[in-house]
Amino acid sequence: MSDRITVASDQDVVRVRQLVRTAAVAAKLSLVDQTKLVTAASELARNTLVYGGGGTVELISVDNGRRKGIRIVFADEGPGIADLDLALTDGYTTGGGLGLGLSGARRLVDEFDIDTKVGEGTSITVTKWCR
Amino acid sequence: MALSSDEASRFADLLKGHSDELTRRWTEIVASNFRGRLSHAELERQMGELQRGFQAAMDGGAGDLDADASGELRGLLSDLSTTRARQGFSANETAVSVYALKEALLGILDGSGEADATTLRDFVAYSAFVDRAALFTFDSYVRVREELISDQAEQLLELSTPVVKLWDGVVAVPLVGTLDSARAQVVMERLLQTLVDTSSPYAIIDITGVPAVDTQVAQHVLKTVVAARLMGAECIISGIRPQIAQTIVALGIEFGDIATKATLADALRHVIKLNSAQPKAR
Repeated sequence: MSDRITVASDQDVVRVRQLVRTAAVAAKLSLVDQTKLVTAASELARNTLVYGGGGTVELISVDNGRRKGIRIVFADEGPGIADLDLALTDGYTTGGGLGLGLSGARRLVDEFDIDTKVGEGTSITVTKWCR
Repeated sequence: MALSSDEASRFADLLKGHSDELTRRWTEIVASNFRGRLSHAELERQMGELQRGFQAAMDGGAGDLDADASGELRGLLSDLSTTRARQGFSANETAVSVYALKEALLGILDGSGEADATTLRDFVAYSAFVDRAALFTFDSYVRVREELISDQAEQLLELSTPVVKLWDGVVAVPLVGTLDSARAQVVMERLLQTLVDTSSPYAIIDITGVPAVDTQVAQHVLKTVVAARLMGAECIISGIRPQIAQTIVALGIEFGDIATKATLADALRHVIKLNSAQPKAR
């Protein structure tokens, strides 16, 4: 199963959240894990919108043989992240937020992959496994 | 392609000469589309009105829908779309009410038995006019629906952010749903105004109904708390469920010295205790 949503407005962030929640419930994630994944998706989708200038969110059901999980890919073609270490520092923000979205989202999921190139865009892949 | 004055007057004659027959056929076609959701009498009245509208426009020599003589017809058409949109009919069903005139006209022309090249040319011209009328209806329908949606969004904003008085000197804001910037602004304004109006020293912000507390929600809540403090009121955040607490910790959000409680009842108890511990200032 795979779902792709275009993120171009605040309403789309809400839609991403609802879809992720539905998928998390269907994958039988625990309530805490559901909430963590939905919150991480909300942060990253908003980053895609605010810093990436909009992009796409793709939901994929994964299965590594032993466990099932949900993988979400957030992709944009925005300015990219120049200093990744700095961007992942708690409290660092260029947009007037709390500066916890990216770093916090990393702590909320099991796997976190970030692929960014200045001027070309950013792609973040997160995975949450059923326990 | 506008109607020539000859075509308009022939169209007017056709509408006039067969007015009853035309309205009857028109109503039948529309009724078959609506399958009884509007009464026959109601439809007949609406179609009769429209028929007179078309007739008046043609009598006035209107070549096109934006001509002066079509003013009344445009009014009728936008009234029709407004009613349909408010009654919950689809755009398709609304436009069909107008398009059906073509079929009714064809029925009449067919029945007269004197179809020739002129009749055909006339029918194409009439059709084009009816098409424009239907498109106009479609446009008005979309406009009305957009108005409805923005009205409802506004009502939702109002509905979803009540500030209630819980106790003497204690007001509460139960937040429900998504807390975006627009709603956060409304919540803050309402809360601060209520604090002044009721001269309450305590406010409880309950987030039980917020499904996901992310950094944006947290930031909005924190800002509201700081603003309330500036006015001398103490805020308590309640409704922190176990999964929300764990998520907030993982995200790294700190609420500092703001009191937080699991339930609204705990928060109220906390406030009442604080209140009774302090000697009354009066």
